[in-house]
Amino acid sequence: MKTITVRYFAIFREHAGVDEETLSLDVTSAMDVFERTRARHGSSEPTGHCKVAINDEMAEWSSGVNDGDTVLLFPPVAGG
Amino acid sequence: MFEISENDIAIDALREQMKDPGAGGYCVFEGRVRNENEGRMVERLEYEVYEPLAVKEGERVLEEAQQRFPYLLAFCVHRSGLLEIGDCAVWVGVAAAHRDEAFQACRYIIDEIKVRLPVWKKEHYAGGDSGWVNCERCASVLRQSKDQNGKGS
Repeated sequence: MKTITVRYFAIFREHAGVDEETLSLDVTSAMDVFERTRARHGSSEPTGHCKVAINDEMAEWSSGVNDGDTVLLFPPVAGG
Repeated sequence: MFEISENDIAIDALREQMKDPGAGGYCVFEGRVRNENEGRMVERLEYEVYEPLAVKEGERVLEEAQQRFPYLLAFCVHRSGLLEIGDCAVWVGVAAAHRDEAFQACRYIIDEIKVRLPVWKKEHYAGGDSGWVNCERCASVLRQSKDQNGKGS
């Protein structure tokens, strides 16, 4: 099990009801974290247009996560 | 240089910064808050920005534009917080030796900013409800346009 801090933004934050939470998860990738939290909060957003960052660096869904990491889950962006 | 601003974008001051004796062309794009989106009347909107990564990614976009369309000066500011109709939401200015680089770099910067930065837009509608804007469509339009031009991301 790894201790992962997950941060939520925009609609993900509204689904989760919190800005961030620290969870004990049996995960290896950013995708695993997304799937666990999606199930936890009942979100149905596909990963297609979502983005992920680990410890303030943009990452891939296949990127590995380590104990103590902070994973940032970004719903589809809409700048400009 | 790329910045996030909680306050009105100081367009006149930005314009003053874009002077370079070698610049024969200066191109600017101002994105403004529109009163309608997909048939719904919009009264105002708010931008949520994750600033640490937005700035990092914004700087990266400016560097990419420099490599593709060499310019002399480029500056981009994106708003955060609550905006009213007509407010400037994003400002991009590029000064280059010739107009072609200025136009192309400016276009590249705004297109990439829209789909890459951790920025989210919540529209507040005339009926009192609100909703997050999903930029999937603009992302697919951008990809389509790049495919047609034979350019990768």
